[in-house]
Amino acid sequence: MLGYYLNLALRSLKRTPILTGLMVLATGLGIGASMTMLTVLHVMTDDPLPGRSAQLYTPHLDPLPLEYKLRDDSPNPTDDLTWPDAMALLKAHRGVRQAAMAGGSLLLWPGRSDLRPFYVNGRYATADFFALFGVPFERGGGWSAADDAAAAQVVVLTETLARKLFGTGNAVGQTVRLGEHDFRVIGVAAHWVPKPLFYADQTGTQYSDADLFFLPLSAAVSQKLQVSGNRSGWAKGDETALTSANMSWLQFWAQLDTPAQIAAYRQYLVDYSAQQKALGRFQRPPTNAKLYSLMGWLAHENLVPNDVRLQLWLALGFLFVCMVNIVALLLAKFLRRSGEISVRRALGARRRDIFVQLGIESALIGVAGGALGVAIAQLGLWSIRQRPDDYARLAQMDASMLLGTLMFAVVASVLAGLLPAWRACRVPPALQLKAM
Amino acid sequence: MQIRPILSTLRHHKLTATLLTLQVAFTCAIVCNVAFMVAKRVQRISVPTGIAENELSVIHSVGIGKGENMQARQTTDLAALRAIPGVRSAAAVSYSLPLNQNESSSGICPSKQALDRAIQLNSIDGSGCVQPALYDGTPGLIVTLGLHLVAGRDFLPGEYVSKGKPAVAIVTRALAEKLYPGRPALGQNMYDGDNFIRIVGIVDTLLRPALRKPGVDADSMIWPQRPDDTGVTYVLRSAPQDRQRVLTAAEAALLQANPNRIVDPQQMQTYTQIRRGYFQRDTTMIGLLIASALGLLFVTALGIAGLANFWVQQRTRSIGIRRAIGATRGDILHYFQAENFLIVTAGVAIGALLAIGLNLLLMTQYELPRLPLWYLPVGALALWALGQLSVLSPARRAAAVQPVVATRSV
Repeated sequence: MLGYYLNLALRSLKRTPILTGLMVLATGLGIGASMTMLTVLHVMTDDPLPGRSAQLYTPHLDPLPLEYKLRDDSPNPTDDLTWPDAMALLKAHRGVRQAAMAGGSLLLWPGRSDLRPFYVNGRYATADFFALFGVPFERGGGWSAADDAAAAQVVVLTETLARKLFGTGNAVGQTVRLGEHDFRVIGVAAHWVPKPLFYADQTGTQYSDADLFFLPLSAAVSQKLQVSGNRSGWAKGDETALTSANMSWLQFWAQLDTPAQIAAYRQYLVDYSAQQKALGRFQRPPTNAKLYSLMGWLAHENLVPNDVRLQLWLALGFLFVCMVNIVALLLAKFLRRSGEISVRRALGARRRDIFVQLGIESALIGVAGGALGVAIAQLGLWSIRQRPDDYARLAQMDASMLLGTLMFAVVASVLAGLLPAWRACRVPPALQLKAM
Repeated sequence: MQIRPILSTLRHHKLTATLLTLQVAFTCAIVCNVAFMVAKRVQRISVPTGIAENELSVIHSVGIGKGENMQARQTTDLAALRAIPGVRSAAAVSYSLPLNQNESSSGICPSKQALDRAIQLNSIDGSGCVQPALYDGTPGLIVTLGLHLVAGRDFLPGEYVSKGKPAVAIVTRALAEKLYPGRPALGQNMYDGDNFIRIVGIVDTLLRPALRKPGVDADSMIWPQRPDDTGVTYVLRSAPQDRQRVLTAAEAALLQANPNRIVDPQQMQTYTQIRRGYFQRDTTMIGLLIASALGLLFVTALGIAGLANFWVQQRTRSIGIRRAIGATRGDILHYFQAENFLIVTAGVAIGALLAIGLNLLLMTQYELPRLPLWYLPVGALALWALGQLSVLSPARRAAAVQPVVATRSV
């Protein structure tokens, strides 16, 4: 029976090629525009560390004085931690693993005459960083807690930077000059760039940044290396020492495996804040301390620009108008076939049969429109990749989105066909047959 | 032209006509708001910076040698840059230029009372103090940027400092009026914390490096402080067509003067590129908004034409009968045109309400201002025109139906 309906639908569509073309075009445009923007939103809000993100949490404290006023145009200082707080959390060791970190941009002096010095972005971190995030290594490994304590001048390079500096040879054991200090390479990490770079300071361009080196935070602080990213101070007068208790600049992540651990950590943050308040350092309520999950933190940061959201709404509005258009056209088309439908009804077809037949016809338009929509969405994504925005290069459709587009188109067009089909199968056959 | 027969026909196609009306209404609502957003963005990207935009190019250099005397370095560099054929003038700034996003700002108060108020409130807001963008630079900056001095003078050579804070400043007219409303600002002493800064000149316009909101975007102040960091931005003024050549020559000249530096090709731009980069998202958005509005109008036109076509086919017999009993071709043509006019009129009436509703929604979500009401009649006119255009071809086909059709069975 399905084959017969399909055949009927094809015949009917062929009979009005222009109208069919219009409906397919409208579906294609609407679906294409919507899927382009849905894909952009999908890649921007995707899980940066699948499989590991559920165990990652970031604690936040509120060391601000009572009279401090947050401003709309500057970053919130409580988004980062101060040095004393980060060190206290590290020392308390309440998570399975934990690491403090900050971004850095350093001038790298290659030991080769054919390469001019250049700036590289990297991360200053504590020893657990690699195990916490599961950074894969090609050679060597990270540093130890002892290296952290000794502020050892060691560095882990990513595979891209190691290849640029040392070719295909073994980089481990070599020396790299960063800024004004020599660092010994102890490991080469494989290409590993979470998108977005969730653990970075929120003022950067998180979709395009990548860390090319990692070195101990303690070494960076003791050598006074350049820290990139936001530093918010709230002391009277200028206080810019990295170890200041009145300036936040560090990010902190911890691994918590069970709900009990999470609850305990939350309680610990409140207790720590209360203790600091008792000591007179904190002034605000201890319950201001927060623990965000990874995805919760990304939602809090709200990385998706307003323009992208607006574009999505625009695309969906466009799709909606296209769909209203198709409902009207299908309605006209189906009602025009009242005669044919009445004959089929008179010959024994049930209402349900008519309904299914017309539904298949709408679905067919959806399939064709969906195929066109995929093509239009690819075109749209291509044009987005040409933009200089930092998220632009991520705009790619994966298999699930591709399948989703087709499904979306079919569902939308079947929905659009529902009302016309329902109207058409309620046509009283006797009246129509009489008029014929 | 009689309206009643049209209405009674439409009553037979209630659902279809309603759907078409709705489509017109949604199109009208979206297109009006989109047009308004386009107008807002166009207004945003055409804001004047106050500098000679199409004559400027910018090159950034970071010294990587140790223990260099930055002042001497800059003097040598500027001499080398000025020697490039085609360069009319050159100056160095630390990093700030209009629309290049690298802003440094400071709280500035017009009087001691205002400063005390700000300290008491622990906030600039409501104290009378302002937070202007700060521009520094070497002598010749005003001329190089092509700023228009409306009062006072340029800095004197003796007023420039390299370390510490200068004692004089040039402010924009907007900042002068904000600090000293209704009073002459020239010669006034502003308070920057515990220091005085005397206003020696007023320039017409100088935009901030990063826009905030229209009221404060022109609050800028220049002071005679020479850049004193290893990284320095050189601004070159030349004829517009020479800029690319000048930039290439400038890179070579800088590296020749001292190879111990990094000249980032990413930060070697004509000012036109800086401006385009700053507004790139807005231009993309304008393109997308226009494309989607045109797409919507196109789909609506298709819908109107498609449906009209269908109705013409469906009514071929009745048209034939009307023609046979005396209706002229013009009558038939006008019938379909009037029918379309009625549907579109109903559509834009609902659409106007929807447009206002959508605007109210956008105002809460995207800080969009209120939609000026004159957009609604313009949108209605556009949709009427669109409707008449798309119904024209089916209506003419209907008018061409021969009266003899009435005698045939369809």
